[in-house]
Amino acid sequence: MPLIWLFAILFALAAVGYVLGRQRAVASSGGDIRRLHSLPNYYGMNVSIAVLVPGLLVLFAWLLVQPMVIENRISAQLPAETVAEATDRTLLMSDVRRLAQGLETAISVGAMSGDEMRGLTTDAGGIRAALAAVGVALGSDVEPQVLAAAQSYLALTRTGNWVRNIVVILLAAAGFLWSMRQTTLTFRARNTVERAILVLLIAAASIAILTTAGIVFSLLFESINFFGQYPISEFFFSTTWSPNFRGNSDLGILPLLWGTLYISFIALIVAVPVGLFAAIYLSEYAGPKVRGVAKPLIEVLAGIPTIVYGLFALITVGPLLRDYFAQPLGLGTSGSSVMTAGLVMGIMLIPFVSSLSDDIINAVPQSMRDGSFGLGATRSETIRQVVIPAALPGIVGAILLAASRAIGETMIVVLGAGAAARLDLNPFEAMTTVTVKIVSQLTGDTDFAAPETLVAFALGLTLFVITLGLNVIALVIVRKYREQYE
Amino acid sequence: MTDISANPPAGMPAAKSSLLVQNDRTRKRNAAEKRFEIYGMMALGFGVLALVVLLTSILGNGLSAFQQTFLVLNVELAEDRLDKTGTRDLEEIKKVSTFGYAPLINAALEQKMATLGIAIDGMDAKDAGDIVSKEAAAQLRDFVLANPDLIGTTQEFRVLANGRIDGYFKDRVTMDSAEIDSNVSVEQLQLADALKEAGALTTGFNWSFITAPDASDQRPEAAGLGVAILGSLYMMMIVLVLALPIGVAASIYLEEFAPKNRWTDLIEVNISNLAAVPSIVFGILGLAIFINFAGLPQSAPIVGGLVLTLMTLPTIIIATRASLKSVPPSIRDAALGVGASKMQAVFHHVLPLAAPGILTGTIIGLAQALGETAPLLLIGMVAFVKEFPDAPPEGFFDPASALPVQVFNWTQRSDPAFVERASGAIIVLLVFLIAMNTIAVILRRRFERRW
Repeated sequence: MPLIWLFAILFALAAVGYVLGRQRAVASSGGDIRRLHSLPNYYGMNVSIAVLVPGLLVLFAWLLVQPMVIENRISAQLPAETVAEATDRTLLMSDVRRLAQGLETAISVGAMSGDEMRGLTTDAGGIRAALAAVGVALGSDVEPQVLAAAQSYLALTRTGNWVRNIVVILLAAAGFLWSMRQTTLTFRARNTVERAILVLLIAAASIAILTTAGIVFSLLFESINFFGQYPISEFFFSTTWSPNFRGNSDLGILPLLWGTLYISFIALIVAVPVGLFAAIYLSEYAGPKVRGVAKPLIEVLAGIPTIVYGLFALITVGPLLRDYFAQPLGLGTSGSSVMTAGLVMGIMLIPFVSSLSDDIINAVPQSMRDGSFGLGATRSETIRQVVIPAALPGIVGAILLAASRAIGETMIVVLGAGAAARLDLNPFEAMTTVTVKIVSQLTGDTDFAAPETLVAFALGLTLFVITLGLNVIALVIVRKYREQYE
Repeated sequence: MTDISANPPAGMPAAKSSLLVQNDRTRKRNAAEKRFEIYGMMALGFGVLALVVLLTSILGNGLSAFQQTFLVLNVELAEDRLDKTGTRDLEEIKKVSTFGYAPLINAALEQKMATLGIAIDGMDAKDAGDIVSKEAAAQLRDFVLANPDLIGTTQEFRVLANGRIDGYFKDRVTMDSAEIDSNVSVEQLQLADALKEAGALTTGFNWSFITAPDASDQRPEAAGLGVAILGSLYMMMIVLVLALPIGVAASIYLEEFAPKNRWTDLIEVNISNLAAVPSIVFGILGLAIFINFAGLPQSAPIVGGLVLTLMTLPTIIIATRASLKSVPPSIRDAALGVGASKMQAVFHHVLPLAAPGILTGTIIGLAQALGETAPLLLIGMVAFVKEFPDAPPEGFFDPASALPVQVFNWTQRSDPAFVERASGAIIVLLVFLIAMNTIAVILRRRFERRW
């Protein structure tokens, strides 16, 4: 029975429960619902919740745990010599899994029955052919041990699924009966339902914590794995990056960090003055008409996906900089360069800096400006000597947030900065960043046992720590500043 | 004017300054003032200029992707080539691969040239046939397999011209570049010119760019966005179904029920941090948790949808909390006053009033998710996918592509025709984004209440 049917049964039962629970409540009041503790709908909802919640909880837990248990058992069953031949237990397990899936497909399309599957032997041959006929391609001939493992894998999965379905349905039915028995005149249905809803709300709010925990654990776990294979000091202090999928790689983060910081620096040199001056102009000089047109236009820049900026860097800015600056000046012949990525990223950050600084400048009390005007200062003098100093902590916070954005940006640098890891000062040279290398190490064929793949997690952890640090500092500065005027 | 101000007392120097004439210092200050204003205007102008250049560059490169050069050919579906047994048995017909169809096309083209009286010196039938896309043979084969009865007849087909020929009419390929290009010859371009003059080669709107699946590296002319649009649509469905209820529930708890304690503080800090975590880190999370740990398939919309849900949640939560906050407390007090429970006050009164704001925030969150690329690269959505995914819910687990990832994919290919395709795909993406944001703005204007 496919999973979708189980869901359908659960929800159907819940719907039936709602109607019956409501009816029972109304009946128990003798037709006068004023005698009930709660509105009749709450009794129905109470039954629905009692049907759904335990059933779904057990179902999800089961879905998570069953594969792990079965994997462990099968993996332990595999004879040691077969494992030794295959060089790797995980590879062998993936063979077993693929074969089991193939057999499953064969059974589901009706090419063989469950008993036939159990009776299969390798010397009968033709397993590959039989599976190929139903559209499952196997890489090599099947070894008897693998077949046996796959057969018991499949058998265990099928039994597990049956037990799961029965348990879930029984639980739902039990919840149904129990809550129907509860449904009496004096039962405080609304309070029960509201408590359940509150728990759901809390659970939803806690997903944010779960996500952070997931990020931290997945990064930490694989990074520790990586540092078990590659010395931590080499990773942080080596100045060469040359991954080699045959082993013996140099995986020093310094050239990547250098590229990241250099590009972010150029981006900030573009974005900070432009964004800041645009914000000052919009909030202090521009009339309502200009503001009404220009502000949304600048904010459109923030709504454009980064892949668009990446393509812009690749097909327009890169060739332009190469043909009119880099080549005539003899600085390089590459279209993708630090300058290209930095410039385009700077454009992307303009709205970010400008809208944040706009808020902060507007938060400076008008009385401070009036005081300055009263002393005879011009507008620009007021801005430079009164408004900006007052807004400075907030502006620094905004710049730090923009820097964290720049460091974590991926698509622009993937398309605009190049892939060569080098430590160089020439801004027209192609360099690479932490994010580019995360993408290149984790796409394509990846082997999660090799340090060349695992290094991506260590890079990700470094990136996460840096951006998190910048954000926290920025938030602290902004918060502190806001308190001054409240 | 009084005498006192007119005649300064003796012993003091006569004032040289006047309110009516600016002195040097004032001039300097006013010039600085002017300069400062001009800097501001320049900054604003730079921003707007960047936007304009960006959009013109994309439009200029991409609009031509919506036009495509087609060739109308009368192809004889020769029985001796396609169905040697003559039994119209589908299994037999399937044995003829696309290579078996290419001669039919070449013959049809030769015949067309003969009837139109076109002859190009130094060119054989195979060279001439190369101006037709390699996709044409596949198109013919699909047609024959769908209509085996028509074998033996002559049918009119509208086939794609080769990418280079198409590029020639879009000024991407010129006679000069053809001389050094091994993929196209000057003769072929002359033939294309002659065919165009005779009306056999036409340029029309390219629907298949929007509906067709991706095509291989050698056939840029046949590459389309069908799978990518469908994949993005699936992911948006998952994001909407998951992120909206979870986000609203979380916001209601935080805004209406949460006591001020450590746990609530922790949630708040987490939400604001998640909003600033680089998107690529969410990709790593998806890879490690959803694919490696939970065993979900790679390249599947379900994984992309889950990752994008986690990324969109902070946006939706922040928007929802803002619109819940804007509902005045008097509404809650009135509901509580007539005997509603706290839960009833929130769900019956506050939430409906906040709904427009929540919807606006959700649409903006979805628009962000639609353009997100980096995390999808890590969960394997860069793979070349030519098959359309099934209908949901099974289709959520099939391999698919996504619009922004398709753009990235095309930029990694060598044929310059893919630059046009990538820019065209961006235009499609931007059209979706503009539509979504417009809906959001209209919703806000139409339904937002000011208290």
